[in-house]
Amino acid sequence: MDFFANHILTVVLFTPLVGAILMLFIPREAELAHRIGGNIFGVLGFLVSIPLVRWWNSGAGKFSFEENVSWIPSIGARYHLGMDGISLLLVMLTTFLGMIAILSSWSAIHTRVKEYYILLLLLQTGMIGVFVSLDFFLFYVFWEVMLVPMYFLIGVWGSDRRLYAAIKFFLYTLAGSVVMLLAILALYFYAPVAPGATRTFDVPTLLAAAQTFSDPLKVWLFWGFFFAFAIKVPMFPFHTWLPDAHTEAPTAGSVVLAGVLLKMGTYGFLRFSLPLLPVDPVLRSRIIQVVIVLSLVAIVYGALVCLMQKDMKRLIAYSSVSHLGFCTLGIFALTPNGLAGSVIQQINHGISTGALFLIVGVLYERRHTRMISDFGGLATPMPNFAAIYLIISLSSLGMPLLNGFIGEFTILQGAFQVSKAWAAWGVLGVILGAAYLLWLYQRVMFGPVTLPVNEHLPDLNLRELATLVPLVFIAFWIGIYPKPFFAIIEKPVENIVRQVNPNFYPAQQAKLPPSAVARAMAEAK
Amino acid sequence: MPMHIPFLSALTSYLQGDGAVILPEIELTLFGLGILLIDFTLGVKERYLNAGLALVGTLFSAYTVWKLRVPVAANGSMLGFHESVTVDPFFLFFASLFLAATALVILLSVKFLEIEQEQEGEYYALLLFACVGMMFMASGYDLIVMFLGLETMALSFYVLTGFLRREKRSNEASLKYVLLGAFSSGILAYGFSLLYGLSASTNIDTISEMLGRRNAFVSSLLHHPQPATAQFDPFLLQLLPVLAFVLVAVGLFFKVAAVPFHQWAPDVYEGAPTPVTIFVSVASKTASFALLLRLFLVVFGATQVNWMYLVAGIAVASLTWGNLAALTQTNVKRLLAYSSISHVGYVLLGLVAGNKTAMTGIGYYLLAYIFMTAGAFAILIVLRQKGLIGEELEDLNGLYQRSPSSAVLLLIFMLSLAGIPPTAGFMGKYFIFLSLIETHHPVLAVFAVLYIVPALYYYFRIVVHAWLMAPGEAPRPIMSSAQAVALGVAVFVTLAAGLYPEPFMRLAQYALGR
Repeated sequence: MDFFANHILTVVLFTPLVGAILMLFIPREAELAHRIGGNIFGVLGFLVSIPLVRWWNSGAGKFSFEENVSWIPSIGARYHLGMDGISLLLVMLTTFLGMIAILSSWSAIHTRVKEYYILLLLLQTGMIGVFVSLDFFLFYVFWEVMLVPMYFLIGVWGSDRRLYAAIKFFLYTLAGSVVMLLAILALYFYAPVAPGATRTFDVPTLLAAAQTFSDPLKVWLFWGFFFAFAIKVPMFPFHTWLPDAHTEAPTAGSVVLAGVLLKMGTYGFLRFSLPLLPVDPVLRSRIIQVVIVLSLVAIVYGALVCLMQKDMKRLIAYSSVSHLGFCTLGIFALTPNGLAGSVIQQINHGISTGALFLIVGVLYERRHTRMISDFGGLATPMPNFAAIYLIISLSSLGMPLLNGFIGEFTILQGAFQVSKAWAAWGVLGVILGAAYLLWLYQRVMFGPVTLPVNEHLPDLNLRELATLVPLVFIAFWIGIYPKPFFAIIEKPVENIVRQVNPNFYPAQQAKLPPSAVARAMAEAK
Repeated sequence: MPMHIPFLSALTSYLQGDGAVILPEIELTLFGLGILLIDFTLGVKERYLNAGLALVGTLFSAYTVWKLRVPVAANGSMLGFHESVTVDPFFLFFASLFLAATALVILLSVKFLEIEQEQEGEYYALLLFACVGMMFMASGYDLIVMFLGLETMALSFYVLTGFLRREKRSNEASLKYVLLGAFSSGILAYGFSLLYGLSASTNIDTISEMLGRRNAFVSSLLHHPQPATAQFDPFLLQLLPVLAFVLVAVGLFFKVAAVPFHQWAPDVYEGAPTPVTIFVSVASKTASFALLLRLFLVVFGATQVNWMYLVAGIAVASLTWGNLAALTQTNVKRLLAYSSISHVGYVLLGLVAGNKTAMTGIGYYLLAYIFMTAGAFAILIVLRQKGLIGEELEDLNGLYQRSPSSAVLLLIFMLSLAGIPPTAGFMGKYFIFLSLIETHHPVLAVFAVLYIVPALYYYFRIVVHAWLMAPGEAPRPIMSSAQAVALGVAVFVTLAAGLYPEPFMRLAQYALGR
């Protein structure tokens, strides 16, 4: 038990990998064994991550559950894991969605079952690794390794244009990450080091050292990291791989891709890009403006493109562009609300969009088509499905009492504190979001059943309910009582704001009446 | 009381003196000659014994190399034959690489030759002789020894390339190789002769010293006005050293197949029997790099700032052309030939950076390159069956269904060749990139990393065929145990040097990083 407590991150990280390795030894013909094994390790992966929340100490604001072991001493790379509130939420999202994605594949995958589950589990380890690595070298290894299983998930089990989509995904992401590799190496090399000591890849050390860099160097490093993360998020105009990859991937692949993979980009922005912003206000505001404008374009453009889609999955893929635009808007507003809202919105997007992809998957399994025009009036044969789909749509479009509202509202609030125009454009995205999601719902679910094949579609079975109901539950939870989620990320967000936007808190304090400040000080004591 | 036998005592004293520095080569030669002798006595069914003997030879030699590290550690290096042959960490490192490559090729040749029905013993003897030549290329400290080593290797290769006598492609490749090889050796010899003319010595230390003196003299001419009676034109004085450098460099660029001196490589790779292709692409390239490093670092080391632009140009050209040309190939051997040209570009970039990290990186890269490339070609050898060549991309179709383990291995080698962590190929590239950043060559670094993207594309064309295409009529490939051993070693090093690079890194540092 002590071992478990001291190495919990290692356990969480490698549980899926152990599962994958064990499943290598099950003969390929035993498909049922693979399905069961995959699900066991999916659930196990989630279960072992629950103690993270139980043992979480939100007051610290530093990295918890740290593990730091020597790996490649000559170059100073270490096996250094640790998590703060932001990574905690993202890791929980990963293990949770991973479990659901694995469960959702039970009847969808018929070919190469063994490899499918092994790859999904490998992917889990890669993604968790990205969120818990506190060593740049280790981080980069996980960042790249994860591409390979995703490539195969799209390439083997995808639909018609899968080869094209898979290699496009791989090459786009790779192009960004190799540039990031250079930025990492530059950070590694330029960080001051005591004479005679080996250099280090330690993330906190290097990011602290980066504060002493000259502004031009920081700007170069910022853009070096930026491309990797912007492609991953993906921000406009680097988003073109996303519709193809999401549309072609199998359902579970899309769920993981949208739910977790994209968050690796926003996580990178939060963790690595923000501390690299230059100090000089002119340079800084120029960079921020570029990023914010790209985010706003993504919000509006993504939503507009959604309105034009004929393919359900492609529509949802483009909606990710729009939703992730909110996340980057919140991050680069550099206010506590913006950042906190952005983290919550990342979780929300994972839940809602993950669920939407599952919903498309449910329809696809029944009808083997994703075209909107092939459906209509499904509410009659599938009432339970209709209810869940409605809740998820509303959650995705930002209906109060559901999770999307909390995230978008907080982000817009944070953006509003900086610029009213940013918030206004953001609101336009919310309105368009309601338009495309409700219109999609209307076309698919309402009206008379247009095609005879759709008249007797079976409603959700138990397994499908088991994949969707937890997501609905979380959507309500965040929507009604988001406080525990905000509490987890409060400290890290505050740390980030203090570091990258040191004027924010004093300026806010100046706006308050003196009595309120005195009361707050007294409370702090 | 030891008996006094005149011959034996002479031999012992020889082996304790000059002989000690060439003992690994002597052993290999003896084994090679032994193979030629016993080959007559073997029936067709027993021909595999040649391979066994050759393998034992490489092991013997490897053991001797391993033993040599002790005196080297004590003295720093050993010189013999009037300082024309040296044994130093550089030699020990490269000799081990050559021996490993030779052993891999021997293991992969047995079944291949059986299928081709060309099981002559000369084949293995020639492999060993080529390895002897390569070892002299790494141990030579004298232009003549270096050149002899190079020619020993090259001559063996010319024959090996044309070893499939009945096949037109093999003959054509051999002829091309002979002509272009002779041409490039000629250029190199011309450069060597100029060096001799400039310094009146063939010892590379002396040459380096004489070139240094000449340099100092010329720069003193530039900075101090000379008396009117002795008029030297400093530029004319430098013309010969520059010409010597350029000729030597061009000769060596031919040997390592750097753009624009690469044209022979794809044809030779494609035409040669696949095990020989491995040997050419892996061992001959590494040996030529050993020669290149020795000459560039010892003889021309002082003028690195001047020639680095030339090397940078060649490196970028190799990266560009190697990667672009590989994109459209449909023959896997040709594809890998072009990709190996791009690997040359990466190694040359390390030479441009030229600092300690870069030297470690070059060593690491060559080590990784040997095992991952050998592994990739080895999969093609496994595919080779009676009546099936298995070199086109289509021949790989559905390899995953036909032989899952080969497909997994192929994937690992391709990821490593492309430079995706955690594999040896990534670590090699890591050092090269880091050294470029350390020496302030950001533009070159950006070039170098971005070329990973097209590289991944063409390596994954191979993966797509092996993993995602439906299998055709092709039968299941059967892996012989020798092939399995070779593949196991190759994949072990490829993964181990990626997951736990520390020991491999120390090895590279030991050889080059000082």
